[in-house]
Amino acid sequence: MKTNKIFISGDEAVAQGVRLSRPHVIAAYPITPQTITVERLSEMVEAGEMDGEYMHVESEHSAISATMGASAVGARTFTASSSQGLLYMAEGLHYCSGGRWPVVMMNANRSVALPWSIYGDQRDSLSLLDCGWIQVYVEDAQEALDMIIQAYKIAEHKDVLTPMMVNLDGFILTHTYELVEIPEQKMVDEFLPPFQTPNKMSFEEPKNLGFSSKPDDNTEFKYQQNEAMFKAVDVIREVDQEFAEKFGRKYHDMVEEYRCEDADVVLVALGSVCGTVRVVVDKMRAAGKKVGLLKIRYMRPFPEAEVKDLAQRVQAIGVIDKDISFGYEGTVYTNVNSAISKIDKYVFKSNFVGGLGGRDITKAEIEDMFNHLLDGIEKKSEEKVEFFSLNVETND
Amino acid sequence: MNRPKHTEFTFPTHIDDYPTGPQYKAGYLPETNAGWRTFRPVVDHDACVYCLRCYLLCPDGTIIKDSGQIKIDMDYCKGCGVCAHECPKDAIEMVKEQL
Amino acid sequence: MTNLVDIPKVNAKNMTEKEFFYGHKACAGCGGSVAVRLALKVLGERTYTALPAGCMSAVGFIYPQMAFNTNAIITTFPGAASMASGIAAGAKALGQKDVKTVVFAGDGGTADIGFQALSGMIDRNDDVLYICYDNEAYMNTGIQKSGLTPYGTKTTTTPAGKNIPGTVTHKKNLFEIIAAHDIAYAATASIGYPQDFLNKVNKAKHTKGATFIHVYASCPTGWGTPTETSIEIAKDAVDCGLIFLAEFEDGEYKLNRNPKEFASVKDYLKKQGRFKHMTDEDIQCVIENRDRKWARMRKQWL
Ligand SMILES: Cc1ncc(C[n+]2csc(CCOP(=O)(O)OP(=O)(O)O)c2C)c(N)n1
Ligand code: SF4
Ligand SMILES: [Mg+2]
Repeated sequence: MKTNKIFISGDEAVAQGVRLSRPHVIAAYPITPQTITVERLSEMVEAGEMDGEYMHVESEHSAISATMGASAVGARTFTASSSQGLLYMAEGLHYCSGGRWPVVMMNANRSVALPWSIYGDQRDSLSLLDCGWIQVYVEDAQEALDMIIQAYKIAEHKDVLTPMMVNLDGFILTHTYELVEIPEQKMVDEFLPPFQTPNKMSFEEPKNLGFSSKPDDNTEFKYQQNEAMFKAVDVIREVDQEFAEKFGRKYHDMVEEYRCEDADVVLVALGSVCGTVRVVVDKMRAAGKKVGLLKIRYMRPFPEAEVKDLAQRVQAIGVIDKDISFGYEGTVYTNVNSAISKIDKYVFKSNFVGGLGGRDITKAEIEDMFNHLLDGIEKKSEEKVEFFSLNVETND
Repeated sequence: MNRPKHTEFTFPTHIDDYPTGPQYKAGYLPETNAGWRTFRPVVDHDACVYCLRCYLLCPDGTIIKDSGQIKIDMDYCKGCGVCAHECPKDAIEMVKEQL
Repeated sequence: MTNLVDIPKVNAKNMTEKEFFYGHKACAGCGGSVAVRLALKVLGERTYTALPAGCMSAVGFIYPQMAFNTNAIITTFPGAASMASGIAAGAKALGQKDVKTVVFAGDGGTADIGFQALSGMIDRNDDVLYICYDNEAYMNTGIQKSGLTPYGTKTTTTPAGKNIPGTVTHKKNLFEIIAAHDIAYAATASIGYPQDFLNKVNKAKHTKGATFIHVYASCPTGWGTPTETSIEIAKDAVDCGLIFLAEFEDGEYKLNRNPKEFASVKDYLKKQGRFKHMTDEDIQCVIENRDRKWARMRKQWL
């Protein structure tokens, strides 16, 4: 296969993925660390490399509204946001999934004010898990580009028709330059057919969209949405397989196991930190410790089967959360723990909360986590959330 | 069809009978509004000069003008009385509905 | 600029017999539904209609009763203009020709929560006709005060009693705020002057880019008026000068009606339950505000 590799940032990789997917309408509002994506897209439109309409909306609420409107006449759409902007869209996010409009968006994961911070964590998207969007978390720029293309195919599938959010860690991924393979337009066109949907207004078949339903019917519409999300699991597999056959890169569907085959303990993580965990796994494996990584790619639909399957095989599971649901625990942990609770086996579990507001998660910290889990196998006791990287003493 | 007509609706019995998301045929009317009326408009065609002011101002669009003589779609007239009140010739009278 | 004489006039006699807003559940005598119905008859079949939360969407789309006999969609409450912009952009990107996108939004959906999106829509000059049907309160949620609720109005959030005379602010100057965007075409209208409204919708239909019409539309339920007087009361509002008929075109304001004498403000107010409590002093305040406004409009626009 002919290769075309260029040195670009995660944000730029997203823009390339969008260009190749040929959306009709792009509507986005700038916010660090997403801005480079929308700047590149604007340049591509200006340079005639893209035919789409680029809308200069005055807010994120309008960005999501505009993309929904365009989708509602059968156009393929893209938006991008982060943090405060994503939260400002919240009303529209629910509206969009309820409307079954397969908008694709990139979210640059960033901390949420207050205190202000432009740096990364995953509290923005994880606090919106329930808004009905498919959520995927990527680990590098190549995966970001590839997942934008896959996202359209998954979201627009007739059994799915659900919007999809491609999450990449702010700065760590958005602003880091990597060598990225840019697929050929022709191949992307073969992979991604034009958008078709029954859920649109047209002059051939006029429709009323976005209606209200009485209590008699509302549950059924919500059931449908849930069903579509579950059907997405199969579609994600099919699309990933087809993508691998076409482009030679496979992303292991819902989760990726790294050196988990005979592992005693496993760390579960999302996004860029997985890269660091891999390095630590290799090091500890070399020292004879049976550790592994479960990279969760999709938070919605949730990879319940995969988590249960892994839990059957290991003694201890730790979850790294770059978020905290105040007064309880990390959201990823809550989800993982719920899956584990459905098997008839005791597994030692720990929740590591950190990396908030852009703080690095170091190899040493990850090694500590693994050691903590290895110790836990014997202890047989569950523990409460641990903020693993506090710089000061606490009252506990 | 100028006006959508009252159409019987078959209630869904299977989840797949529902549309995918909130989308449905434009102008689909399983219900009438006739039951809202306490007064009904009655037109005196001799007095009516076919000026169409009632047609123009009916909030529900129930006045039909296509036959050279106004008619009213009593399935959808709510009996608001705008037509009678606005008629310059007093050609429409609101008469109490008999129940 | 569009010249009205060039556009075939639409009137009761020649307008399409086709109804596009039919079988809806608006209250009997609802003025908003007159505005929506008439505008859609001018705009015709090739129209995408977007309505934010508010009475006209609430009464039009109750599954499975679909009262819009053309393409229509409910938008979020703040997102009518932006969703309409997206529809227009989508239609353009898909190569659809000869289509119009129209918004029908209430006073609250326009002057308050939806204003940011509307300002953006006009700024981008998206090909959307935005019609604000002004019933002077948040009716769908049960008659609360909006930025277009006039002085003195009793609403459920501005109760009138010993301490507060109902609403204590005057209406926002929406028309001029919109015109200040240098919009291609903006107008005010009233369902009490239906032919004028039809003409303005027709003009907007034939104007490319963003256009805006602020149409005064009575609400018997929220105003405390008999259902049959909905048109009359909307005409009275214009005749007593509290509502004015104007256009903004080619950067110029135009007063469409400039009566030598106004009809009685008091008579207009006293016909409505929402103003019943107002004292002569309150009414004087309304009249003074009206006169200030007209003096300025006459000076600057004539
Ligand atoms: C974000 C949001 N806030 C509040 C509401 C509740 N709400 C729905 S309609 C409405 C009032 C609508 O008033 P207006 O725009 O004047 O239209 P009308 O009902 O008078 O026709 C309100 C407050 C909502 N749907 N969404
Ligand atoms: S409350 Fe007023 S605006 Fe709403 S449907 Fe009834 S009459 Fe129309
Ligand atoms: Mg209102």
